[in-house]
Amino acid sequence: MRFVDEYRDPVLAEKLVADIRRRVTRPWVIMEICGGQTHTLMRYGIDELLPAQVELAHGPGCPVCVTPLEIIDKAVEIAARPGVIFVSYGDMLRVPGSRTDLFQVKAEGGDVRIAYSPMEAVAIARRNPDRAVVFFAVGFETTAPANAMAVWQAKLEGLRNFSLLVSHVLVPPAIRLLLDSPLNRVQGFIAPGHVCAVMGYTEYEELAARYRIPFVVGGFEPLDLLEAIRMLVIQLEEGRADVENQYVRSVTRAGNVPARNRTLDVFEVADRKWRGIGEIADSGYRLRPEFAAFDAEKVFGVSATHADEPPECIAAQVLQGLRKPVDCPMFGNRCTPECPMGAPMVSSEGACAAYHRYRHFHTEVAA
Amino acid sequence: MASALTLACPVPLAPKDRILLGHGSGGKLSAALVNDLFLPLFRNPVLDCLEDQATLSVPGSRLAFTTDSFVVKPLFFRGGDIGSLAVHGTVNDLAMGGAEPLFLSAGFILEEGFEMEKLRRITESMAAAARDAGVLIVTGDTKVVERGGADGIFINTAGIGRVREGLSLSAANARPGDRILVSGTLGDHGITILAEREGIGFDSDLRSDSAALHRLTADMLAASTQIRCMRDPTRGGLASSLNEIAARSGVGMALNEESILIRDEVRGACEMLGLDPLYVANEGKLVAIVAPEDADAVLQAMLRNPLGRNASIAGTVTSTNPGYVTIRTSFGTSRIVDMLSGDQLPRIC
Repeated sequence: MRFVDEYRDPVLAEKLVADIRRRVTRPWVIMEICGGQTHTLMRYGIDELLPAQVELAHGPGCPVCVTPLEIIDKAVEIAARPGVIFVSYGDMLRVPGSRTDLFQVKAEGGDVRIAYSPMEAVAIARRNPDRAVVFFAVGFETTAPANAMAVWQAKLEGLRNFSLLVSHVLVPPAIRLLLDSPLNRVQGFIAPGHVCAVMGYTEYEELAARYRIPFVVGGFEPLDLLEAIRMLVIQLEEGRADVENQYVRSVTRAGNVPARNRTLDVFEVADRKWRGIGEIADSGYRLRPEFAAFDAEKVFGVSATHADEPPECIAAQVLQGLRKPVDCPMFGNRCTPECPMGAPMVSSEGACAAYHRYRHFHTEVAA
Repeated sequence: MASALTLACPVPLAPKDRILLGHGSGGKLSAALVNDLFLPLFRNPVLDCLEDQATLSVPGSRLAFTTDSFVVKPLFFRGGDIGSLAVHGTVNDLAMGGAEPLFLSAGFILEEGFEMEKLRRITESMAAAARDAGVLIVTGDTKVVERGGADGIFINTAGIGRVREGLSLSAANARPGDRILVSGTLGDHGITILAEREGIGFDSDLRSDSAALHRLTADMLAASTQIRCMRDPTRGGLASSLNEIAARSGVGMALNEESILIRDEVRGACEMLGLDPLYVANEGKLVAIVAPEDADAVLQAMLRNPLGRNASIAGTVTSTNPGYVTIRTSFGTSRIVDMLSGDQLPRIC
């Protein structure tokens, strides 16, 4: 299939691996930020192909995983109300809050629908003027422009029955948190390609200069990731800390300026809590005051609640690349994708779920 | 360990107090429903075999008996409709046990207000499918429920077939060294349905593979007496069928990614929607576990039948990793192909 098979060519992959092997002289820890990249690495077993000196640490870039329990609880509360149509991306439905998930709400009579785009939710609102339509706006910078566009469009049309439950997070503040930690082991980053398609990569240039650490903007296919790892290994071996762009077919240095402008028309930067990590300053978006009428938390008056994570869960360390999912005593026994105890097990893009889905028996054999 | 007692799973899998859509997915929730509710209460030696059909010994002959319900949306799709599907699905469940399908029943649950014209088209399609398959629809039933009590039309079919003396196919029969044969491209039906349901237009001739497979299975059984088991990978796809066989037989299953055929349209749709074609439904494909010495003869028999013209040997049964299905990628690495808990969910990004 065109535009896919080219990036999955095993012969080219072997060449890239051989080149990485040839160049590496000492151990390096590289982190891929994005959960989509973790998924590809696990699905194709790319970490198994790499020389032992190159260690991959999996970053916090799974939007489903880092959405805090409190927001899931608010989603559940809103979705269960009569007269509400609650619209969400598919994989948010089975994410457990502190009591239940959206699938359970649906089974109990809540009108919960899966959509591929927030514009579908706007269309639902248009067709159902007597119902309150809420879209669950989660994700990183990648999904923010579409969510902003949905609100913009709803305002333009004068739709009074559309709102967003916002839980948007931003990548650079999370990287700063990782790098400021005295425990940090990461020496190079694969920057998230789709986030950079929107945002460009000037923010990462600031990070690279400030922390003297290299970044390569990477894509999501196996060859993209191998090429990005190769570029990082070259930088690390040469002692450079630059920002380079592997994903040139999608990403430019400036990013998608109109999309970013529309995002900032509708959203403003705010503090956000990350599931498994905690509160990070200026790490997300909230709706600007002039769009308060589209803020589901205000429209429905859902109260701020506090919910605790299971104390044994090592999600915080996993999401910072300090420990591997298999290091957790609950992994694969008390914590599984059907019964997740912590953030990275809930979505297929979470590091724990990716390990469980593609690697589980490796740990059983070892144990 | 005391601290373990303080941990409560946020959403335990087992005791769900309501039916979720995932209970109908063919994944772990479906299995839990059967194992925890239906089986213990209905238990008997015939049911306990847990095949796609029950084989009944009555004096003078061996009969296969099965039932299936059809709730597909949209009712009409490229390559078939709920009527042809209701015939093919039940014929195939009989065929997977090596039975020659003979008789079907047809039960209709109709929603008040359902258009008569649609019912006529569906019935004509069922009649044509039964005629083509050489089975007779010999009994039936119709119930009408109030508007809102059903979604247009639901169809249940039950089927009876004849099983040759001495033939015993079972998901518990797979042995290390056996080969895994797949009859053709995967995911055609599921993606056709999804594309029509979601209004995703494909500029292609992708259509459901819905077909009656009993002539293909007859050709295969004529070529070998060493077929251990056959399954039609419908809901949950090839991954779920093989996981079931691996668990029942206590063996591992090692697939080879390059030997599994998937149409470009299906791959493209799966890439876009974040789905894995190994879990997508088929309605005219089968997977067979065959002893190694007969694998080639069975493959040749499949290739000669139009419904098996894209057949391939997709993998091997192993003694390692019992209960697990693994797949060897084109990069030479391997990964687990797990049973999903419910339906596949489209990912955010």
